[in-house]
Amino acid sequence: MIAAKERTKAAAGAADPMRPELYRVQRSRRESSDTFTLELTPPRGYKPTPFQPGQFNMLYMPGVGECAISISGDPADDGVLLHTTRVVGTVTRALNGCKAGSRVGIRGPYGAPWPVAEAEGNDVVFVAGGIGLAPLRPAIFHVLAHRRQYGRIVLLYGARTPEDILFKPMLRKWSSRLDMDVYVTVDRAEAGWRGNVGVVTNLIKRAPFDRLNTTAFICGPEIMMHYTVLEILGRGVNEKGIYVSLERNMKCATGFCGHCQMGPFFVCKDGPVFRYDKVKRWMEIREL
Amino acid sequence: MTRIKDIATAYLPAEGLQALIDTLRQHHDRVLGPRVREQAIRYETISSVADLPRGVKDEHEGGRYRLHQGEEATFFGFVVGPDSLKSIVYPPRLTLWSMKRSGHEGTIEDQDEPVGSTAILGVRPCELAALAVQDKVFLGHGFEDPHYRQRRERLFLVAVECLQPGAHCFCDSMGTGPGVNGGASWDLALTELVGDGRHGFLVRAGSDAGREMMAKLPLEQAGDGLEKARETALAAAAKSMGRTLDTDGLKKTLYDHVDHPHWEKVADRCLACANCTMVCPTCFCSNTMEETALDGSSAARTRVWDSCFNLDFTYIHGGHVRRSVKSRYRQWMTHKLASWQDQFGVIGCVGCGRCITWCPVGIDITREAAVLQGKPTKTSGRTTS
Repeated sequence: MIAAKERTKAAAGAADPMRPELYRVQRSRRESSDTFTLELTPPRGYKPTPFQPGQFNMLYMPGVGECAISISGDPADDGVLLHTTRVVGTVTRALNGCKAGSRVGIRGPYGAPWPVAEAEGNDVVFVAGGIGLAPLRPAIFHVLAHRRQYGRIVLLYGARTPEDILFKPMLRKWSSRLDMDVYVTVDRAEAGWRGNVGVVTNLIKRAPFDRLNTTAFICGPEIMMHYTVLEILGRGVNEKGIYVSLERNMKCATGFCGHCQMGPFFVCKDGPVFRYDKVKRWMEIREL
Repeated sequence: MTRIKDIATAYLPAEGLQALIDTLRQHHDRVLGPRVREQAIRYETISSVADLPRGVKDEHEGGRYRLHQGEEATFFGFVVGPDSLKSIVYPPRLTLWSMKRSGHEGTIEDQDEPVGSTAILGVRPCELAALAVQDKVFLGHGFEDPHYRQRRERLFLVAVECLQPGAHCFCDSMGTGPGVNGGASWDLALTELVGDGRHGFLVRAGSDAGREMMAKLPLEQAGDGLEKARETALAAAAKSMGRTLDTDGLKKTLYDHVDHPHWEKVADRCLACANCTMVCPTCFCSNTMEETALDGSSAARTRVWDSCFNLDFTYIHGGHVRRSVKSRYRQWMTHKLASWQDQFGVIGCVGCGRCITWCPVGIDITREAAVLQGKPTKTSGRTTS
């Protein structure tokens, strides 16, 4: 027991993990009709904790609230913080209204990252559905920056329509590389689209990778990840080589608020990236 | 100091209880204890023995709680009320920080004030166990909650052992009571003994601060007879628990029965009112709310207790993860009894029985667990399975 008379420092003195830093919006860039990227710079004198691919921050809009958003930038670039998000609720709508000079509260980074170091020596397959490309992008940056450490690099990306395809200039650049395979598909084509049409799982059958030495990183809607995993398992990849990134309601990101629980896990600190064999059982239960 | 050590166990006659309260008041910024408020026993500020619910008995059953004034002279003849230490170390509503804005600029200020030292008289063994569970949640796993820490560190706990368990109690099953054993460390433990024409307390110290406190009390030598009387009374109390819960293989049972038809039956009765989570001494879920000045010049972040029974608890764009009441009750009970063990190494339930008493429809965690375990259960004379 702590002695009753011992004076302890008040909370005001201790670091509160719920307290954000006010970042400055340098630029807001439109990615598609409902998706945008914020480029943020930290306040003067504040040294941000470097992030790892797959981690997320809590973004706070004064007067509106907070939400968890993955980091979409290059982990090697510590000058500017990138968040790509879709407008889906009150906070993301307010974030979408940010202009250069606006302030956004940031706390983080949080969560378990994509295990890029463990994937070294393997072929790496990225499977992204919609906005799921954003949390995968830092991992893609990483493997390309350490290209010699990896075997084949494959990106399979599914968007709703050609207009919804994110990071188009970057995808063109990656497509033109001779040491990376990029396949894009859309659910619904439009006039002028000459690419693939259909769900992203269709791309897995012909994707070039060595089933015995492959690490797969998957991010998208849960139903898309479910079928993607089945296809990849069908190609003979071990389930211990498959990783998924899950999304749940989060209020704190520090394991206190309880909202993000999924079976024995707190998605905020045990995830959001999980090795598939560890969450398989829980992903299969409805309304868990 | 040797003298203090000598009185690690002693006897405090009932007339000396006021001296204990006075000493607590001298050494701490506030002293809380059980008090009758709004027909319930609550933790309130106390200044004299007259504030204590002397002779009051509490009646507990599923969905039922009543206080009765009895003739007995005992000070602690009841068990637990709807309050727990949770609301002291983890306030139901706490403004964490606020932000002032002018143009694009903003400044953030912490809002949690330093708290004084708090002595609490009448902490039950299940409460100590719950505090140990909360310590794991807020201090023991990764991040630390500074708001919890500053309140937790300044507690002086005077425990009272339970000799007359309620109909809703099952601490004996959970290994958390009726005597003070394990749980969070405490400073003093009292056992209220009446017999041989004497009324008083066996007092034990559990910490240096407790020993120092004992040196200031009008204590008498405790003979072997008192220690024996305590053991006999505790053994009888353990036998008179109103309920039991078999913890053997409990985690596996819950994990293996996510599709058990009984969840539907519970959901038919469950109102999703969240009472069980509010009175539970270990439930820790919270929401954080944004409170904004009308002119937008300032905003504050306030943390409030939340409950997994609320529909919005699991909302993400596109919908709610747990739409049905069935899934929400299943989450609560599975978390409490099973996944808590994976997360924090302990069962989240301490056997205090509050969730049974304060459930408006009397849903009973011990009974629902027994059904999943395939045990015969009895409710008001009817056998169901």
